[in-house]
Amino acid sequence: MKKNKIVQRDLLKWAVLHAFLKLNPKEEIKNPVMFVTFLGAIITTFVCISGMLKGQSIWFESQISLWLWFTVLFANFAEALAEGKGKAQAESLKAGRKEIYGNVLSGNETIRTLADKLKRGDIVVCQAGDIIPADGEVIKGVASVDESAITGESAPVIRESGGDRSAVTGGTRVISDCITIRITSAPGEGFMDRMISLIESSSRQKTPNEIALSLLLSGLTLVFLAAVISLKFFSGYIALQDPAASNLMNITVLTGLLVCLIPTTIGGLLSAIGIAGINRLFKLNVVATSGRAVEAAGDIDVLLLDKTGTITLGNRMASEFIPAGNIKEEDLAQAAQLSSLADETPEGRSIVVLAKNRFGLRAEDLDMEKIHLFPFTAQTQMSGLDIKQPQGIRVIRKGSVTAIGRFVKEKYNHQVPEDVQKNADAISRKGGTPLVVVDDGIVKGVVHLKDVVKGGIKERFAELRMRGIRTVMITGDNPLTAAAIAAEAGVDDFMASATPEDKLKRIRQEQAQGHLVAMTGDGTNDAPALAQADVGVSMNTGTQAAREAGNMVDLESNPTKIIEIVETGKQMLITRGALTTFSIANDVAKYFAIIPALFGSIFAVNGGRGPLEALNIMHLSTPQNAILSAVIFNALIIVALIPLALRGIKTRAQTAKQLLLRNVLIYGVGGLIAPFIGIKLLDMLLVLLGVGGK
Amino acid sequence: MDTNQWIQVLFYTLLLIALSPFIGKYMARVFRGEETLLSPILGPLERLIYRIAGTAHQKEMGWKEYTLCLLAFNGLGLLVLFLMLICQGFLPLNPNHLPGLKWDLAFNTAVSFVTNTNWQAYSGESTLSYFSTMLGLGVQNFLSAATGLTVLVAFIRGLIRKKTNMLGNFWSDLVKSTLYILLPLSMVLAFWLTTEGVPQTFKKNIVVQTLEGQEQTIPLGPAASQIAIKQLGSNGGGFYGTNSSHPLENPTPTSNFLEMFALLMLPAGCVFFFGFMTGEKKHAVLLFTIMLLIWVGGLAISIWSENYNATQLGVESVMEGKETRFGMINSVLWSTATTSASNGAVNSMHSSLSPMAGGIALFNMMLGEIVFGGVGAGMYGMLVFILLTVFLSGLMVGRTPEYLGKKIEQKEVKMCVIAILAPAFCILFGSALGVFLESARNSILNPGPHGLTEVLYAFTSGAGNNGSAFAGLNVNTVFYNLGIGISMLIGRFAIIVPCLVMAGSLASKKTMAASQGTFPTDGLLFGGLLLGVILVVGVLTYFPALALGPVLEMLMLG
Repeated sequence: MKKNKIVQRDLLKWAVLHAFLKLNPKEEIKNPVMFVTFLGAIITTFVCISGMLKGQSIWFESQISLWLWFTVLFANFAEALAEGKGKAQAESLKAGRKEIYGNVLSGNETIRTLADKLKRGDIVVCQAGDIIPADGEVIKGVASVDESAITGESAPVIRESGGDRSAVTGGTRVISDCITIRITSAPGEGFMDRMISLIESSSRQKTPNEIALSLLLSGLTLVFLAAVISLKFFSGYIALQDPAASNLMNITVLTGLLVCLIPTTIGGLLSAIGIAGINRLFKLNVVATSGRAVEAAGDIDVLLLDKTGTITLGNRMASEFIPAGNIKEEDLAQAAQLSSLADETPEGRSIVVLAKNRFGLRAEDLDMEKIHLFPFTAQTQMSGLDIKQPQGIRVIRKGSVTAIGRFVKEKYNHQVPEDVQKNADAISRKGGTPLVVVDDGIVKGVVHLKDVVKGGIKERFAELRMRGIRTVMITGDNPLTAAAIAAEAGVDDFMASATPEDKLKRIRQEQAQGHLVAMTGDGTNDAPALAQADVGVSMNTGTQAAREAGNMVDLESNPTKIIEIVETGKQMLITRGALTTFSIANDVAKYFAIIPALFGSIFAVNGGRGPLEALNIMHLSTPQNAILSAVIFNALIIVALIPLALRGIKTRAQTAKQLLLRNVLIYGVGGLIAPFIGIKLLDMLLVLLGVGGK
Repeated sequence: MDTNQWIQVLFYTLLLIALSPFIGKYMARVFRGEETLLSPILGPLERLIYRIAGTAHQKEMGWKEYTLCLLAFNGLGLLVLFLMLICQGFLPLNPNHLPGLKWDLAFNTAVSFVTNTNWQAYSGESTLSYFSTMLGLGVQNFLSAATGLTVLVAFIRGLIRKKTNMLGNFWSDLVKSTLYILLPLSMVLAFWLTTEGVPQTFKKNIVVQTLEGQEQTIPLGPAASQIAIKQLGSNGGGFYGTNSSHPLENPTPTSNFLEMFALLMLPAGCVFFFGFMTGEKKHAVLLFTIMLLIWVGGLAISIWSENYNATQLGVESVMEGKETRFGMINSVLWSTATTSASNGAVNSMHSSLSPMAGGIALFNMMLGEIVFGGVGAGMYGMLVFILLTVFLSGLMVGRTPEYLGKKIEQKEVKMCVIAILAPAFCILFGSALGVFLESARNSILNPGPHGLTEVLYAFTSGAGNNGSAFAGLNVNTVFYNLGIGISMLIGRFAIIVPCLVMAGSLASKKTMAASQGTFPTDGLLFGGLLLGVILVVGVLTYFPALALGPVLEMLMLG
């Protein structure tokens, strides 16, 4: 906790410093709204200086000028703070990768080469203890790799050639064994490099909605520029009749009015919101390849989810033994347990566990010398074991209904009993997987393997539905099984017996109907679908191909995360939209503060106030104080909203309509009212402190 | 307000609500190419026009071609009209032997009629020949209104078409608008007006002896036909100098009602036309309701202000400059309708309205002429505001904003901003110059806040393509002829071109499917938000100007 505080303080110091460093026309011009404010600050400063040289009182002018500078600085500070947070994350990533060498295989020898010099296609050998020099694909061997540098997860992961776990990331460390890697990315373009450059906002590109919003804000700025410039002429005309109209219409006041009106609140916080959005994703351990992807995530309305690992716990679990006609359940359990000894899959283990729990069976007293294990193979579709016994060899097998059916037909020339068949069908219908166990030619019964739906997932889907996101479950299961799980999990739709091509086709189909589709995937065969989807989240444990195809990588490889990603995308847009509304709504009150202050004395009778004083509904003390209060409010509101901009506006599972109503009420109506109160309070404070104008 | 007045206002409003859907439906049938009641007569005529003109009327156009055709057509119309006005003295149908116009007035007038503004810096009966009026202004009255409709049709196609570059054929849209919509309606109205006593003749003016024994010139001419289209086509350019306050232009209470109703008929119908074309009927009803609300709100404030003003002055009602024959209520009803509808015909002098009523007339125009607005123009102007509202609210629900399934992105926002900025710049900077230049200030009749209002009104009326005059300002000067001429051009085409660009961009997008995450655009919430955006944009842009003009003036009175 204490350390955290120090980090916080360093960050603040850094941000303050950079707020000043950003006072550079080249930096400021990137943001038109703040650039106008910046120019305003410079102009008023010149007015102060020239006034001082002429020996005039510049008390009021200098205060306006000061607060305009503050407005610019506060906006810079917000941006710097967001950047600083990202930088801190990037630094920690960079720390471990200063000088990495790779052993490049050339012929039979290896050459020690600096990581920066590696080329795509180089073959590198990594021993235990080596740091993997660049992104690549394992082409030989298997090793456990510590990926905590990128995931923060300390448990090592297995990386092996072939299959879906072949990708390795530069900067991670091999902790056991030896692997040979083919480098897949040129130096500086690796996964880590992209990640770092994304987090350091130097290479940050504005997202499409951000650009559109900037255009709108620039447009508003121009409108107010026109309104303020023309006001000078209008008041000049009225002044022909009553000179009082030009009393307060000097350049300082006009600049103050302009800065109050242009949308500085959102203009000053716009880039901070964008940076903070990416940072928030990073906190979720998700790396987006671009801000555009984060924004697109907010637009998603169809979510394709793999059943396994996302909707259900990764594995099926044995839940029940259903013996055949005259067989005892315990017999079935025992045979099933024995048949699973060679089965290292989680399903197999769950059978062993269920048998132990139900009947206290343990397979420990087996003489390992007398048995021969048959692990599961793709050809046989069965697993089991042979036990040498005095009366001959006892053959125990378990497998799918068809596999066992074939097995008993070929070996014993009889069939799976009808009641077993019926039970198996019943299990399938309920969405489970039946495994038939046969012991010495006698079919003992069925083991019911059940998909276990993750806790709370149904509620998540209901939430998504509220937000207009349809969930589609994808599974290789048969339609019956799929339907049962889909119903249990509460998804809107499912695709059974899905092949990778089916997935791709489905995505195209949804897109043609005008939907935006997100999906998660990890295997190489997911790559086309990941690339086609509008938001493709690949798992960090996945293949390099999958990681390249998607536009986000989930470092924790948690497929449920896509839900949070969608939230983050939405939050970014909502925060921008709400602050824009707030900023514009604020202007109404500012007009009521400043216009009567400027023109309240026109056509005044006998030294009183003129007719436009009627608009001074806040009863502000003096014209100078009114203008000053508005300018100060305008500056302080930026600071007040920095936490909101960085944190993002909290969203709830609501329909668009509810969400809109809520935000319009809080930021629209609130934005109308808040400045009336704020400006009034500031005016009272100025009077109290006696620092305002007379 | 007495019962009689209430009944008049209510009857007008209810008739508008009742008739608009039918007009919209008819328009939709015309543009969908479906059979209508008039097809048997107009169908062959339409085909004949295509054959004579030799245009490939079935060829679809992309937004660039559509825009180019529109601009070329209007540019040519401008040039022809300009030359016609300058050379008026040498052209036929000029029984009163009126000379050609000065270049600046000719420019201003030509622009004014081509842009559907009908700002008149001159007095019709003493300046323009029948030839200029009928073949010059009259033709443009039809074509400028038809142009407005083509833009709306193209915009609608942009919204309902998917992944195409094509927006329809400009020539065919133009012919359809004129032939099926403007022509039949104005013929009916013209005929009806003649029965009320509006002249329709080529005879020259009559000079008569009055009872006092003095000579009086009674102006005649082909008035009824001109008046019909000026009311229907949101043009507003009067046949006579004093527009519909002239007893021959608007002789009876019936003619007053007919003309007043014709003001809003097509613009209001356009809203339902939009609904029928897009299939978003509920949305159209909502838009209509919002427009009605703003209009009724303005009307209520105006009526209140008139009565308040009268009470302050201790009279029953202030009738100076009002339509004395039909009473205050018909003046105010007309003034709010004409400034809402981008029409600009007047039956009273807006300068003589009470400050708030004058201010409302001004503010109606400042909102961008979108409360019903011009024929076609009102609805496409409204679409600009809708897209802005959709953009804001889309962000607030956390999705890339969509309107009718089309994503609103950079290009659309940019175009909306241009369409809103362009007229605002004309109004603010134009008026600023108007009060700054000494030569321009000489045009102002009443110095002070009222004078400022006069100048503001002139530029607003020009940039908003309204054309109504506040009076009290001598606008037949080089400054105003040029300044307002340019404002009219910008106020018209700096909105049309962005709208067509958007139409092209929208047409090329795919249509997104709606879900619970999309907020509905037909609910009260959206309506309220749209209303808020319209008012806030209007208020924020013009509050300082209004404060020194009508607001100051009103506060000084009371």
